Parts: sequence; C-alpha cells; structure tokens
Amino acid sequence: MNVLLDHLPEFRDGFLGTLSITAASAALALVLGILIAGFRVSPIPPLRAFGTGWVMLLRNTPLTLLFLVAFFVVPQILFPGTSPFMLATLALGFYTSSFVCEAVRSGINTVPLGQAEAARSIGMTFLQTLRLIILPQATRTVVPPLSSIFIALTKNSAVAGAFSNTELFNISKLLSDRGFAIGWIFLWIALAYLIITFAISGLFRLLERRLEVAR
Amino acid sequence: MSEVSVTENADGPAPAGDQLVVLDNVNKHFGALHVLQDIDLTIHRGEVVVVIGPSGSGKSTLCRTINRLETVDTGSISIDGKPLPQEGRELARLRADVGMVFQSFNLFAHKTVLENVMLGQIKVRKTDRAAASKKARDLLDRVGVGTQADKYPAQLSGGQQQRVAIARALAMDPKVMLFDEPTSALDPEMINEVLEVMQQLARDGMTMVVVTHEMGFARSAANRVVFMADGRIIEEAEPNQFFNNPRSDRAKDFLSKILHH
Repeated sequence: MNVLLDHLPEFRDGFLGTLSITAASAALALVLGILIAGFRVSPIPPLRAFGTGWVMLLRNTPLTLLFLVAFFVVPQILFPGTSPFMLATLALGFYTSSFVCEAVRSGINTVPLGQAEAARSIGMTFLQTLRLIILPQATRTVVPPLSSIFIALTKNSAVAGAFSNTELFNISKLLSDRGFAIGWIFLWIALAYLIITFAISGLFRLLERRLEVAR
Repeated sequence: MSEVSVTENADGPAPAGDQLVVLDNVNKHFGALHVLQDIDLTIHRGEVVVVIGPSGSGKSTLCRTINRLETVDTGSISIDGKPLPQEGRELARLRADVGMVFQSFNLFAHKTVLENVMLGQIKVRKTDRAAASKKARDLLDRVGVGTQADKYPAQLSGGQQQRVAIARALAMDPKVMLFDEPTSALDPEMINEVLEVMQQLARDGMTMVVVTHEMGFARSAANRVVFMADGRIIEEAEPNQFFNNPRSDRAKDFLSKILHH
C-alpha cells in the first residue's frame, strides 16, 4: 500500500507517460490507418499494392522487432537525435495502423456497392465518394473493432517502457528493482491501465450510441 | 396522342437531334460469357430509347457501359462527340452530364432527401448552398415528393425513393438520363408514380435510355424500341411497329410470352 503513496510522483509520471504514448500513437494509427485503407480500395494499382504491402509487413512483424528497428535503425540512418517518445510513437502508430486499416476496410466493404456507383454517377471523384459517401456510412461498423484495437494499443505501449520511455511498465520495473513488494506494484499498475482502457471503451460506447441516433 | 410525333421520329433522327450517345462495335465479356456482342447504337438528342429483352440479355450492362460503370473490352462509346475517358477526373466530369437511375434507387442512406439532391450540385457543380437548396426543392416538388425533403431515404416508400433518385440525377442538368430497370424493385402500385415522372421527362424533351420491362411505357413514351437477346441487338423499331409487327422470331417469341396473359 505504501509503495503507491511513497512514490506517487513516479506513478503519476508513469500514468501520464502511458497515456501520452497511447494517445499520440492512437492518433497516428488512426490517420495512417484510414489513409492506407483508402489506398487499399483505390482504383490505382500501385497505391493498392502499397497498402497491401504496408499491412502485410507491419501486421505480421512482432512489435518488439519494430521497436528495435525504430530505436536502432531509424536514428542511425535517418533521423539522429529523435526522442524515445517520438520513436515509440512511430513504432506503435505504424504497427497499430495496419490493424486500423483492416478494420476500416471491413467497414468500407459493408457499405453497399450501389452507394459508390450512385456517387460516381453524379460525377464525384474517387476521393469525394470515399470521404462523403462511403466513410461516413462505414464509421458505425468500424467503431466496435476500433475500440478493441486501441485497448490493445494501450497494453502494447508497455513495450515502450523497455526502450527508455517513462511509462507504467517502466515504473513497475524501476520500483521492483529497488526491492518493493511486486504484488502491490502490479496491483496499482494494473489499476492504472484499467482506468485508461475503461475510458477508451466508455468513449467508444458513447460514440456508438451517438452514431446510432444519427443513423 | 403522342403517336403522331412518334411516327415522324421513327423514320429518321429526331428533327433537331444530333448524335448524343454513340456506341460503336462494343464488345464485353464477363469471364466466358459474351454479354455484349458487336453493339452499334446511336441515340440522338431528345430521343427516348427503350431497351427491352429477356433477363440476362445484356441490356442492363449496355446501360451501365454508357457512363462507364462497366468497362468495355473493345469498341468505342462517345457522349456528345467525346469518347469516354479512363477512370479519373475527366470521367467524373463526363458522368456529371449523364444522369443515372438505378433499379435499387441507391439514395445516400446517411443523407436526407434534400441533401441527396443538393450534394452533387455543391460538390461537383460547385453551386452555392442556397441556390442548390432552392433547385433541389423545386425538383422534389416537380417529382411530387417536396413534402418529404427532410426525411431520410429509409423513411420513404420505394416509389418515393425512386422519384428522389430521379430528382438527384436531374439536379446535375444531365444531357442524357439512363434508367436501369427503374421500376423493377417497386411494388405494383408504386410503378405508375415513377413512370408518370418519366413520361413527363420524355415530353419535356429529355434524352433518355430506359431499360425496362414496362411495355406500356415503351409503347407510349419511346421514340424507338431496341430489342436485345443474348448480348445482341436483335431488332430496332418504332414502338408501334415493334409491338404490332415484330420482324424477328426472337422478338415474336418474347412478345408472345409477355403480352398474352
């Protein structure tokens, strides 16, 4: 019990660390995922191939391997001096984007083909059709799987703790290394994760209900 | 009735009608199936062409190739002198000039009726909202669903939805309207309200290509009937001649099956 009260600042930093890494990589994954899903359904074959390759590569690579690439290859070759936070966000965001892409694509596939045909028939371009007609109708289907993906992301963010980021997992390791009772530490860490994951599922449930009303 | 003018048109192009849609030796396969075989068809401005024929004869495919919802394997299609371009902005611009009405209405499910009719004007024609809204309401009044403007498509009957779909296509000021079996998904009592709107359009001089099983509409509104079977155009004639005195055996057989009961 005392381990929490005695180390409140550390726990707070860890919590905020997990929260910010999760939020940043979720935002990145969402933007990239929708973009790549657009690529995968586009009429231009090279874009489709790129989208397929993106998903195949990132979805099938172990997350830890992506972290290794992000931390030991990216700074060496491309951008030296990138912060650990940035690198972790990139690794998590890219990895999660492949799952977001597939969720969005499955949503796109639930919208009847006739909707796209009607949009094209009145002269809309592919982008207009996707943005104004298809994606808004796909959203309802995409929300539930997206919620699962972001909860998984929250828990995946623990890997960032092993790569010099201050977050919950990192704090738990720090404190257990100092010899505090591991049971209590894990309990508080688990509760902190629950706060974030419950918030995510609550947020998405709200979103789902609002979309239902808006038909 | 309109039969006098029909007879006039039948002998040649409509009076002021230059060539608006030209299909030249068009062929298309779906896998092994040769759905369109050497199709030559010219539609003149102001002309109403009704395409009839048994199921699977390729008439819907023919209709959909005209705005390139279906691509063709060989042959060429041109609209108002311009050959259909590849998929892209150019094609989008051309499609805006070709109205399309589908069997299953395909109204945008997440938009209200009014928004359905406004969307193309605003996003494609770049009309400002106020003008688009006014035009949309006028068109909805014209097809008789003005009071439904703020409802969503799912709240309307099939006949009402199809009339909204016609208004949505008209909002783009199309040069030609394509109807792909517009009444086939409707309950019998709703067919007439849609056909009446189409009759009115035909009287107003709209160029129309109508794929349909409604022989009454073909008789009364068409300038020309195109009879298709097995991917070929078997016979083209003005409606009176086609229905009373078809030349081909295939057409005689088809008509005997649908007209006598």
